Amino acid sequence: MFLINCPFCGEREQSEFKAGGEAHIVRPKQPTELSDDEWAEYLFMRKNIKGVQLERWNHIHGCRKWFNIVRDTTNDEIKAVYKMGEKPPI
Amino acid sequence: MKKKLRVKRSKHIDETYKISFKFNGKLYHGFKGDTLASALLANDIHLVGRSFKYHRPRGIMTAGSEEPNAIVQLHNNSPRTEPNVRATEVEIYEGLEASSQNCWPSVNFDFGGINNLLSPLLPAGFYYKTFMWPASFWEKYEYFIRKSAGLGKSPTKPDPDIYEHRYIHCDVLVIGAGISGIISAKTAAKNGFKTLLVDEKPYLGGSTIYQNSEYFKINNQNSGSWLEKEINEIKKIKNLEIKTRTSVAAYHGYNYLLARENLTDHLQIERRKNKTRHKLLKIRAKKVITATGSIERPLVFDNNDRPGILLSSAIKKYADLFGVACGEKNILFTNNDSAYETAISLIQKGINIEAIVDNREEVSSKLIYEVEKNNVKIYKGHTITNTHGYKRIKKISIMQLSKDGHNVVGSKIHLSCDCLGISGGWTPAVHLFTQSGGKLKFRDEDQVFIPNIYPSDQISVGACNGDLTLDTILVNVPKSLKDFLDIKKNVYENFEVLSSHNNSKRNIWLLPSDKILGKTKSFVDYQNDATAKDIKLALREGFKSIEHVKRYTTTGMGTDQGKLGNMHALGIISETSEAKMGELGTTTFRPPYTPLTFGTIVGRNVGEYFDVYRKTPIHEWHEKNNAKFENVGQWKRAWYYPKNKEDMFQAVQRESKAARESAGILDASTLGKIDIQGTDASEFLNRVYTNAWSKLEIGKCRYGLMLNEDGMVYDDGVTTRLGENHYLMTTTTGGAANVLGKLEDYLQTEWPELDVYLTSVTDHFATISVCGPNSKKIISEIFPSLDLSDKNFPHMSFKKTKIGKIHCRIMRISFTGEQSYEINVQANFGKSVWEKCIEVGKNYNITPYGTETMHLLRAEKGFIIVGQDTDATMTPIDLQMDWIVSKKKYDFIGKRSLYRSDTIREDRKQLVGLLTDNPNEILEEGAQIVADINKSPIEMLGHVTSSYFSPNLKKSIALGVVKGGKNMLGQRLIIPMENKKINVTVTDPVFLDKENNRLNA
Ligand SMILES: [Zn+2]
Repeated sequence: MFLINCPFCGEREQSEFKAGGEAHIVRPKQPTELSDDEWAEYLFMRKNIKGVQLERWNHIHGCRKWFNIVRDTTNDEIKAVYKMGEKPPI
Repeated sequence: MKKKLRVKRSKHIDETYKISFKFNGKLYHGFKGDTLASALLANDIHLVGRSFKYHRPRGIMTAGSEEPNAIVQLHNNSPRTEPNVRATEVEIYEGLEASSQNCWPSVNFDFGGINNLLSPLLPAGFYYKTFMWPASFWEKYEYFIRKSAGLGKSPTKPDPDIYEHRYIHCDVLVIGAGISGIISAKTAAKNGFKTLLVDEKPYLGGSTIYQNSEYFKINNQNSGSWLEKEINEIKKIKNLEIKTRTSVAAYHGYNYLLARENLTDHLQIERRKNKTRHKLLKIRAKKVITATGSIERPLVFDNNDRPGILLSSAIKKYADLFGVACGEKNILFTNNDSAYETAISLIQKGINIEAIVDNREEVSSKLIYEVEKNNVKIYKGHTITNTHGYKRIKKISIMQLSKDGHNVVGSKIHLSCDCLGISGGWTPAVHLFTQSGGKLKFRDEDQVFIPNIYPSDQISVGACNGDLTLDTILVNVPKSLKDFLDIKKNVYENFEVLSSHNNSKRNIWLLPSDKILGKTKSFVDYQNDATAKDIKLALREGFKSIEHVKRYTTTGMGTDQGKLGNMHALGIISETSEAKMGELGTTTFRPPYTPLTFGTIVGRNVGEYFDVYRKTPIHEWHEKNNAKFENVGQWKRAWYYPKNKEDMFQAVQRESKAARESAGILDASTLGKIDIQGTDASEFLNRVYTNAWSKLEIGKCRYGLMLNEDGMVYDDGVTTRLGENHYLMTTTTGGAANVLGKLEDYLQTEWPELDVYLTSVTDHFATISVCGPNSKKIISEIFPSLDLSDKNFPHMSFKKTKIGKIHCRIMRISFTGEQSYEINVQANFGKSVWEKCIEVGKNYNITPYGTETMHLLRAEKGFIIVGQDTDATMTPIDLQMDWIVSKKKYDFIGKRSLYRSDTIREDRKQLVGLLTDNPNEILEEGAQIVADINKSPIEMLGHVTSSYFSPNLKKSIALGVVKGGKNMLGQRLIIPMENKKINVTVTDPVFLDKENNRLNA
């Protein structure tokens, strides 16, 4: 069970959070302009990296804020935490 | 003749405090300090259970949590009954009742014992191979397997005990209070670390505390006495918390550990009242020191499982700590020096040793010399080839080992005995280390796995790290601590240590016999009855990976998770397949290390569902009025209200009729409610629902359908515009939390520019829905000043009003197709307003109805229930709800997906109505729908999603999803059931009042 350092509340138990998958996938501004393949790329395709991965997390049982983390999926080490809209610090 | 098995006084046992207890119904005595196992052994009882598969008689084998055989049921038939308890861990108390469990009808005469005679027919994988075929026979087999295998009985009455959860944060957690743990805890605490020391046993000091011989000394004192002083000293340290009877069950990432603190299991039942029984400790430690010691290995030879065969170290512990002799004619069998330690303890206490069988040829040490001096016969270079005695060992056969150890030579010698101690060396207890994600390495010299790569801030010290002798412990533990804790001076330095071990060991995983392997029963995993033969069979049948062999032979499974036998299984695989042990790896040791009770896991949430449940403000009324409840998420919802011995069907028929003929009332408080405010609220709704919201007038309501980005229906509900920038959204009961999470996600991550605020107000309001042709009359009597005319208060609109001083929001919306009003009041007034409605409604036969009637009424109208008529594969088009999908809006969540090549397929499953030929035939929900039953395989077109008998239409109705169903109106389909085929016709999903006349009737 991770300890996650919520950028708004501080370090909390993983059980207070909900994982939200890969970070920095931007919803297309004009979905209607996209081909099926392009839309599918946004909708379904995820990297699922073995190693350092950028992820979205939600402090669902706390401040309800979404934010991003940098996590090594091989050993669950969280290398950094940053707010939505910010660039990954690593 | 009664044997005298209590020997020499032990400090641990209080012989002035006699305790009586029952085992298998018979009364026995023990003393304070005894475990159930030590007390039974003192009464000359070894046979305590039967093995799982062959039902062989089994006895106590160990003196700790690694016990595979002596598994008992406590307090049978009482609410406190507990199965699968290790007799070696139960501390006895006055009134304790224990019984053997894996035997029927009794431990002395066991029906399943016939499996032992049939064992040539019961090889590994037997259950998979035999009982799975033919499939139709399974039910018959199952009855016998369940009856005769039974791993104990679960309690059937509510748990009378109290359980707690507690978080603990510490700098250093030390697991295990043996000599290495004590040194570690003292070092950490003395250096200022806030330290927690836990041990599963009721006392501190591990196996060193009862070590009292000239051969093991620290600074010129017997190691036991030295450690006792250390323990007395650490008890005074302020920043060191010590917890005994506390076993670490799981070691997760980030140094998060779960431990069970056992507070009352050793007390008399009468003294447990109002006390917490178990505490689940959720420990977050900055640093963890694992000092879990090691477990002695058995030896694998023919019939090595008879009652009376124990680990050599267990015999020593029973003698030294409990003052109990396990037998009067003891023989020890070993491949290393440990058995001689046992021998010295027995000699000290005047317990007779007949002989020692040592498979090493030429070996000498101070310990062996001492034993020989006492005229104990030692058979060097010998092995046991067989044992005799059914319910208790009586005799062993031994033979000389060949030079290479592969065979036996010479003639057989028979030795009689009533107890046999076996020692195959030691296995470091690395279970918690591997649970934490640690990687092991194999040490060839003495064939052990030891910690290699640590995944978090932790170390293993002492025996669990492969330091198996006193001298290596006292040199290596302080050294490792110095580095790990980054301290300058260690409190423990320059010990003078005397350790008389000779470290030589002759490791033979499977000892040879004069019989062929196929005729032997050499047990590797006692609890699962897996033998060496089984493992070899698995290899012959092509299983190579240790994980596969484990599943096929069941080695290493069960409550002991292979604590004793895992290494032998690996050793035999390695020898047979010529793969290196280090490369084979071990199987995964799964948490919990020792089993936990449900109470421990759920803490305060004992009871029916091991979880909290939510009640509406009107719950009490439902209970008083005989409601049956249904679980919806965590909610308890009134399901139906049976009257005069009605069954569910009858009650629902009555309720459904009343709602359409006069008036019904439903508690809808569980529906999710989200308060939405902000200048962009309308735009936000436009983006999250499929239909348009900008033009919704203040005071009006609208139904909305919410999709996932993949175009599939996610949730639905009515949203009311309360003000210019203020909406109240309702969601499904089960979807409330997820909908809020999803909306927050879009707001925060995709559309942060929108000025919108979301608040969950589900619990703030009670919602009472009054429906039926007389609902308007009832509402007008409750709110006389409110103008209820269709002109002033039409369908899909909202009014604010009051009852006395209570503010009410009334929505005229309908999920039943009847004219209907939903009253929302502050939750704490919910019950009184409900009662008022009931009171006023009496003249109109107002009938409370539950979720079942609600489902029936909406099905008559063809309204969907998200999650029942939909799964995550239904688009609004599939549901024939094209009308709610805006063609004009540029975008909303899921819009683009509605014209992906897959979602526009004509042959997708689509929602339709289904009518049976026989109007009294009610379809089963979930039943498959087909068109042609002569084609093989039969093509499955869909399934029934909702099905009821409609009292208002006087016929059975159903909704279902069918491939291409939209274009199949009037077509005949078949629902094949077990004994019949049901013919149905595809219809429109709206069965009643297609014109919606009743909404304004
Ligand atoms: Zn937070």
